[in-house]
Amino acid sequence: MAQLLRSGCSGRVLCSGAVGAARSMSTAWWRHVEPAAKDPILGVTEAFLADPSPNKVNVGVGAYRDDNGKPVVLECVREAERRIAGNLNMEYLPMGGSVNMVEETLKLAYGENSDLLKDKRIAAVQALSGTGACRLFADFQKRFSPDSQIYIPVPTWANHHNIWRDAHVPQRTFHYYHPQSRGLDFASMMDDIKNAPNGSFFLLHACAHNPTGVDPSEEQWREISHQFKVKGHFAFFDMAYQGFASGDPERDAKSIRIFLEDGHLIGCAQSYAKNMGLYGQRVGCLSVVCEDEKQAVAVKSQLQQLARPMYSNPPVHGALIVSTILGDPDLKKLWLKEVKGMADRIIGMRTALRENLEKLGSPLSWEHVTKQIGMFCYSGMTPEQVDRLTKEYHIYMTRNGRISMAGVTTGNVGYLANAIHEVTKSG
Amino acid sequence: MAPPDPILGVSEAFRADTHEMKLNLGVGAYRTEDLQPYVLNVVKKAENLMLERGENKEYLPIEGLAAFNKVTAELLLGAQNDVIQQQRVATVQGLSGTGSLRLAAALIERYFSGSKVLISSPTWGNHKNIFNDARVPWSEYRYYDPRTVGLDFHGMISDIKAAPEGSFVLLHGCAHNPTGIDPTPEQWESIADVIQEKNHIPFFDVAYQGFASGSLDTDASSVRLFAARGMEFLVAQSYSKNLGLYAERIGAINVVCSSSDIAKRVKSQLKRLARPMYSNPPIHGARIVANVVGNPELFNDWKEEMELMAGRIKSVRKKLYDSLSAKDNSGKDWSFVLKQIGMFSFTGLNDAQSENMTNKWHVYMTKDGRISLAGLSSAKCEYLADAIIDSYYNIS
Repeated sequence: MAQLLRSGCSGRVLCSGAVGAARSMSTAWWRHVEPAAKDPILGVTEAFLADPSPNKVNVGVGAYRDDNGKPVVLECVREAERRIAGNLNMEYLPMGGSVNMVEETLKLAYGENSDLLKDKRIAAVQALSGTGACRLFADFQKRFSPDSQIYIPVPTWANHHNIWRDAHVPQRTFHYYHPQSRGLDFASMMDDIKNAPNGSFFLLHACAHNPTGVDPSEEQWREISHQFKVKGHFAFFDMAYQGFASGDPERDAKSIRIFLEDGHLIGCAQSYAKNMGLYGQRVGCLSVVCEDEKQAVAVKSQLQQLARPMYSNPPVHGALIVSTILGDPDLKKLWLKEVKGMADRIIGMRTALRENLEKLGSPLSWEHVTKQIGMFCYSGMTPEQVDRLTKEYHIYMTRNGRISMAGVTTGNVGYLANAIHEVTKSG
Repeated sequence: MAPPDPILGVSEAFRADTHEMKLNLGVGAYRTEDLQPYVLNVVKKAENLMLERGENKEYLPIEGLAAFNKVTAELLLGAQNDVIQQQRVATVQGLSGTGSLRLAAALIERYFSGSKVLISSPTWGNHKNIFNDARVPWSEYRYYDPRTVGLDFHGMISDIKAAPEGSFVLLHGCAHNPTGIDPTPEQWESIADVIQEKNHIPFFDVAYQGFASGSLDTDASSVRLFAARGMEFLVAQSYSKNLGLYAERIGAINVVCSSSDIAKRVKSQLKRLARPMYSNPPIHGARIVANVVGNPELFNDWKEEMELMAGRIKSVRKKLYDSLSAKDNSGKDWSFVLKQIGMFSFTGLNDAQSENMTNKWHVYMTKDGRISLAGLSSAKCEYLADAIIDSYYNIS
């Protein structure tokens, strides 16, 4: 069989043989494809699942676990599923998704009595959870503000970089995390906001910053909002943890409400993955505040036009669950109770972890464990220390030292504290 | 303000119409004889099983549900197929056909930057949007012959031959959308010949497996013909129509490679592309498919229901054909209605004529002359025949 190396198409090899003969391997088109790097976050769970050790602990991916380390399906969700079972309609949703779900979702972010809602000034579509909402926005930004860039905090959820990159929007960073204090580098952050060209696009985490758990205070948010006004910047909020941070969804939306009070026209990505435990259902919402109803209609039509060649219309099941829950006052009450329960458990684990570490006589300060908020704790551990945790103690987390507190239980917090102490005690 | 979607916009307009004889032959969603949406019994059974089991809702891996990926590739190629046995196919769960096509387009853009995709003229309206948004250049090959209301086979072969070597050729595995015109098995062989000659890469869109003829295996024969030749190719699958799972958004992208090692690498790159699009795919539909296809009893039930659905469509085709032939005295040959296959029929009506169908007769269809037989009841065949004859002869 003659082998020909194609010029101009790297890596393709033509093996000629009888055309039509069974099993004649004709051209190998994909030989030049390299294996992709493992996703740093989702790859952790893969590794965890493959580990046979009985002591293994998964504090990698941000998926809530109960105190037995088990995934949780909320009662309100189970009840909603019972109600929608036998649903006689699996027809395509409109491109913008479930209208009911979107309406209820906007109330959560913008407030039940928001004038913006009454005046129909919000362009909103159902999206594929938080990722999908961010990606739709990034594509929208590229199409309609083609010369813009996105300012992304350091650090941020790793996938933010992938999303804006694949949307071909150039990225800049702004200071956020202060390693020395394990808190917010507010001064540098404000400098970066001031120094960015007027009218820049900024990605902000509305609450429970991922991965650091470090949020601006209310006063700090007001200053940020003010400076955004001065500079005419655009604020895009990624809100993946509403309800999960403090236990109170209204409180967790405070940053957004401050910006809205100040008259900003914001964008917002919302996700039900964590706060309703609907991870695998991929339910979320993208909203963009507009100057008037007409503009909102136009913007929504463009968002739909971006969604059409990506997935045509969004999946129905999770959306039905959400609208069933939020549309029923009793179910909604139950949900609020369950969300608070999850947030409280995490806050309890933060306290327990810190106390354990202090009891072990750690030379380091672990104050940040209880100061930080939400699902994640940015421990301050180095990649090497994290690797030791994994190799020696079968504890799985991302190499940036981010601990998913949702994976901490009364059963494993002692083991975890001990392991962290062992790898950090020599400083 | 973005223009209304040419396909999904039709249903919106239909909903707004209050005329009693209105008929929605727009979007390709199956309807029963009573023109009601249809949730397959086998799907209800599967969902009940799932409800009883009370499974969790954790994230799927980026590539989707493993059980689903396994059964979907086997359904397409046959479990005993060499490709499956040798693990040479990279399968990733996608957001129905659209999402799977988009993943493939992104893969093409990344690894074959500058290579073109050849798409049939006409083709499903969203194909162009997908390649445009993925920044993959495309051009058309002749497909539909208005004179015969059939396949322009010679045009198709010429255009595929004339394209630069190493182009991707988008083929509809069965039940071509919008025309309903499929190549014969002999024609498929010739198409495969010319693709191999030109070192093109076949790229199948399989949205109607089982729906076209009523048989899952028969409808996969074009794809399996290419597999038997040892060719590498891509296939996007959808369960929207054949399992009625439209809104669950369940499908898959399959890349058949020359070795299992290459398939692993390709799969990893598909994952890399999916992560910044939606992180991981929705679970519900995947579980339904895995349960139905993976359970012999449910699988049999499914095959029966599919035959019923395909059977209803064949019978309205016959009734429509009979009505047209009876009412049209000109001797025009309406047999293309019978020869075309699947959910859609290309009537041969032009823009203006299609508009007349809507404006005068309240028959909603797409402007390219496509009608969805899935939306036609035998009770309305005569009315439709009247509308078509009026539009065809009285409007130019």
